[in-house]
Amino acid sequence: MTSGAELGERLRAGDLSVAPAVLNLVENRRKRDEVAALLSAVAPAALGGEARAHIVGVTGPPGAGKSTLLSELVRAWREGGRSVAVLAVDPSSRRSGGALLGDRARISFDPNDEAVFIRSTAAGGRLGGLAPATRAAAHALAAAFDIVVIETVGVGQSETEVAEVADTVAVIVQPGSGDVLQFLKSGIMEIPDVLVVTKADLGEIALRARRDLSAAMRSLGERTKVVAVSSIAPVSGIDELVAALDEHRSGLDLAARRTAARRASALADFAAEHGERGIRALGGRRAAVDFLATQDPGLDVPTLAAALEGQRG
Amino acid sequence: MSEHRLPERDRPWMMRTYAGHSTAKASNELYRSNLAKGQTGLSVAFDLPTQTGYDPDHELARGEVGKVGVPVAHKGDMHALMDGIPLDEMNTSMTINATAAWLLALYIGTAEENGVEESKLQGTTQNDIIKEFLARGTYAFPPGPSMRLIADMVAYTVERVPKWNPINICSYHLQEAGATPVQEIAFAMANAMAVLDAVRERVDQDLMGKVFGRISFFVNAGVRFVEEHAKLRAMSVLWEELGRERYGVEDPKHLRFRYGVQVNSLGLTESQPENNVQRIVLEALAVSMGRNARARAIQLPAWNEALGLPRPWDQQWSLRIQQVLAYETDLLEYPDIFEGSKVMDGLVAELLEGARAEMAVVAEHGGAVKAVDYMKAALVDSHRERLRRIEHGEQIVVGLNKYTDSEPSPLLQGADGGILTVDPEVEAQQREAVEQWRASRDQAAVDTALEELARVAQSDENIMPATIAAAKAGATTGEWAQTLRDAFGEFRAPTGVGEAAADPSSDDELAPVRDEVERVSEQLGRTLKILVGKPGLDGHSNGAEQIAVRARDAGMDVVYDGIRLTPAQIAASALQEGVHVVGLSILSGSHRELIPGVIEALKERGVDVPVVVGGIIPEADVEPLKAAGVAAVYTPKDFDITKIMRDVVTLVAERNGVATAA
Repeated sequence: MTSGAELGERLRAGDLSVAPAVLNLVENRRKRDEVAALLSAVAPAALGGEARAHIVGVTGPPGAGKSTLLSELVRAWREGGRSVAVLAVDPSSRRSGGALLGDRARISFDPNDEAVFIRSTAAGGRLGGLAPATRAAAHALAAAFDIVVIETVGVGQSETEVAEVADTVAVIVQPGSGDVLQFLKSGIMEIPDVLVVTKADLGEIALRARRDLSAAMRSLGERTKVVAVSSIAPVSGIDELVAALDEHRSGLDLAARRTAARRASALADFAAEHGERGIRALGGRRAAVDFLATQDPGLDVPTLAAALEGQRG
Repeated sequence: MSEHRLPERDRPWMMRTYAGHSTAKASNELYRSNLAKGQTGLSVAFDLPTQTGYDPDHELARGEVGKVGVPVAHKGDMHALMDGIPLDEMNTSMTINATAAWLLALYIGTAEENGVEESKLQGTTQNDIIKEFLARGTYAFPPGPSMRLIADMVAYTVERVPKWNPINICSYHLQEAGATPVQEIAFAMANAMAVLDAVRERVDQDLMGKVFGRISFFVNAGVRFVEEHAKLRAMSVLWEELGRERYGVEDPKHLRFRYGVQVNSLGLTESQPENNVQRIVLEALAVSMGRNARARAIQLPAWNEALGLPRPWDQQWSLRIQQVLAYETDLLEYPDIFEGSKVMDGLVAELLEGARAEMAVVAEHGGAVKAVDYMKAALVDSHRERLRRIEHGEQIVVGLNKYTDSEPSPLLQGADGGILTVDPEVEAQQREAVEQWRASRDQAAVDTALEELARVAQSDENIMPATIAAAKAGATTGEWAQTLRDAFGEFRAPTGVGEAAADPSSDDELAPVRDEVERVSEQLGRTLKILVGKPGLDGHSNGAEQIAVRARDAGMDVVYDGIRLTPAQIAASALQEGVHVVGLSILSGSHRELIPGVIEALKERGVDVPVVVGGIIPEADVEPLKAAGVAAVYTPKDFDITKIMRDVVTLVAERNGVATAA
C-alpha cells in the first residue's frame, strides 16, 4: 500500500486517481499513523493555504430525493469542468454490524470519467453522525477535487456534525410529505445555508412549501437561500442551486470555517477514542473548545487531537 | 338436464408457448411449427435490448441479443417475425412493457402494410410498468411518463383497436419475486387502480366501462394449487367490486375478471429437473379447475427453465400438458366444481380479508405508484422468508432439500446438456443488420418522424399516432426509446434492499459467520466490503437482493449497485468503493459474454479482488468461467445462502493473507 505521506503528495499534485487508496487508508483502523501523515501532508501549512475544494454537505430525510438530485448536481458540476468527490454516508447499521449501501445504485455517473469519485460509507452505529473516516476523507480529498460532497440522511439535530465539516450545507426537503412541518419544528433549522425544495413538479404544493419555508427562514435571518428544484424530467432549478451554493461559498470566511471544522473534528476524534470520561478529564467540553481556540489555526486534525491528548495527561 | 353437467363441453382456453430467440426469422419458423402442433395463440418473448429500448449495437445490448427472446429493432424485423401468419386471425400476446407502445406500433404498421386494418387486430401487450419497478426490471422511463404511455395506449386502443388488451396487470412477476398470495392479490389490484385512475384522466367518462372491460390480468400459480385457485376466485370478487364501486361500471361483461397465466418458475428446481413436470401439471390445474375462475389463456414453462433456455422439444412437452388437460380429461364438462365448497369459500374469505388490509396500506402510501418503495421492500422480505423456510427445511422442496439422492437423469445426457444454446454469432449478425437497415432507409423521413415524436412527448397529446408514424418511417427501437429518454429522463428504480428488515430467526446460524466476518475485518483493518450487482440488461434482481441482505446480516458492508450495469460501471464501483470481493448475479444466459468482460474491466483498472457469480449457469459453463478468472459459481441448487456467505469470507481471508479460523 502506498504510504500516507505519498498519497498526500499526490493529492497536492492534483492526482484524482489516488482517491480510492486515500479512502482505503482513512477507513483503516490499524493505520492511524499513516492517516496522520496523510492529513499532515494536506494541512494548510503544506498546501500554503486552505484546500481548494468547496466542501458541500447535502442532507435531508429519507425519500426526499437526495440521490437523484446528486445525479443532476454532479452532471452540472462536470459540465462546468469541475471535479467531484461524493462521500455518501449511509445510516443503515444493524446489530450485525453490517450495512447496506444502496445509494450508489441511484446516482448515475460515467464510469470512465476519472473526475467523479463516489464512495459509500456506513455511519457505523453513529446514527446520523459522521464516521471519523468521513471527516478525514473530506479534509484529504479537498486538496485535489473541486467539489467534495458529504451526503447524509438527515434525521434531525444529529445532523449538526455535517455542518461542522462542510463549508456549505444544503438541506433537502420534500413538499407534501410532512417534511416541511417536521423541519420547521426541528433543530435542523439552525443548519442550512441553502434550503432545497425537491420535486418541484409537484407544482402548487412545492411552491406553497417553498413560500412557507422562505417565510420561516426570513424570521431567522437573511442567511439561508431557498431553491426549488426538480431532478426528474423536466429537470429544473439545478443551475440556480449550483449558483446558490457558489454564492454562499464566495461570501464565506473560509479560513475561519475550516479552522472550526478541524477543531470540531479533533474533538470528535478525541471523544470517539476516550468517551465522555475523556472529555471530563479535559475539564469538560467547553474547556476543550477553549483550549483548541488557543491553537494555531492551520494545524491538522491529528495534531490537534494529539494536543488534546496532551492536555488530558 | 342435470345441474352437475354442462349442456355442452366448454371450449378450451387459448394455448400458448412463451417463445422467441436468436432472430426474427428463426422465431417465425418456431411460431409456425408451434401453431402446427396445436398451439392456438402466439406469445412473443422479446430479447432484453428490445424490452429496454436499445438497438443490438448498443453497449448495454452486449451479450443479450437474441438470448431470452427475439430481437425486434424495426418494422423489417416485425415483418419477418409475422411472415405468413394471418394477423387478422391470430391472437398475439407480447411480453413487452417499457417499449410496449413502440412494439404495438410496429405490429399495427406491419399489419397495415399487409392489408390488415388495425381494428381487426387481437392480442395483448403486457405493458405493466409498476411490476417492472417492483420485480422484473425492464423499465426505461420514470414512473410518471411511463404511466402516461400506458394511459395513451389504453385510450388509443379502446377506440381504434377495440379487440386489443392494452395492458395485462401482472401479478405473475410479484410471485416470482416472492409475493405471498395476499400480496399478489393486493399489489395487483392496487396496480390496476393506478392505471385506471391515470386512464380516467385521458378518456371520456362514458368509455370507462369499455376501458375496464379491456383490462386483463397475467397471473401466476404456484404448487399449493388449492390455495392458488382460491386466490383467483378472490381476485375476481375484488375486481368486480372495484369496477362497480370505484369506476361505476355496470355491464356484467365489462366486470368479468379475465386473466391469462404462466405458472410458477420460481419453484422449479435445477436438481432432479424432471420433478418440474409434475409441478407444472398441478399448477396448470390451479388455474383451470374451477369454471368460475378459469384462465382465458395458458402458457406453461418448460421442465428445464432452472437450467437454461428451453429447446423446441421442451416447449412441446409443456404444450402437450395443456392438451391432455383440455382434450383428454373431463375437466371442461362440468360447471364450477367448487360452488358450495366450505373449504374454497373459507380460503377465499381469508384471502379477501388479507388483501383488503394490504390494499389499505398501499392506499395509505398514496397508491401503487407512490408505494413502489414500500411494496418492493415487502417483496424482498417475503422472499427472504421463503428462502429461510427452504434452508431450514420448513418448506419441503422435493429433490432440493429432501429426497435428494437421485439416479442420473437421462434428460441431461444429450450433447446439448438438455438446453438450448443461442449461437453467439447471432449478436454480430444483428449488429450488422441494424446498421444496414439504418443505411438503407429514407433518413429524412425518419428524422421528421422522430422530431414529431419528441414534440408530442413534451405535449399532452396521445403518443400513439406519432409512434406509429415513426414505426412506418423505419425508425429503430433504440431511436424511439432514446427520443423518449431525452424527453422524460432516465430512471433508476428503488432496490428495496436498504429497507429490508433483518431476519432475527436466522441469527443463530449466522452468528459464527458474523464472528468470522468481524475477525477478518479486524485483520483487514476495515469492515469486509462486498459489491453486489447485475451486469447486462436482465432485471430479475431478487437473487442479488437476497445475497445483499444476507451479507449485511452477516456483518459485511454491502454496496448494492443494482441492475443494468456495464462491465466498466461494475469495475469503477469496485475500485472507488474499495471492496474486497465482487458478487455478480445473472439469469439471462449472457454470462459467457458479460462475466469475462467484467473481469477484464477490473484488470484494466488494477482491481485485484475475487469475483463470485450466481445465477442460471449451465453446468458446462462453470469451468470456462473459472478459467476466465471467476473464483466461485453458484446455481439454483445452492440454496443455502449462509453457506455462500461462509465461502465468501474464507475467500477474502485467503486472498488477503488472513489466516482462516481453525
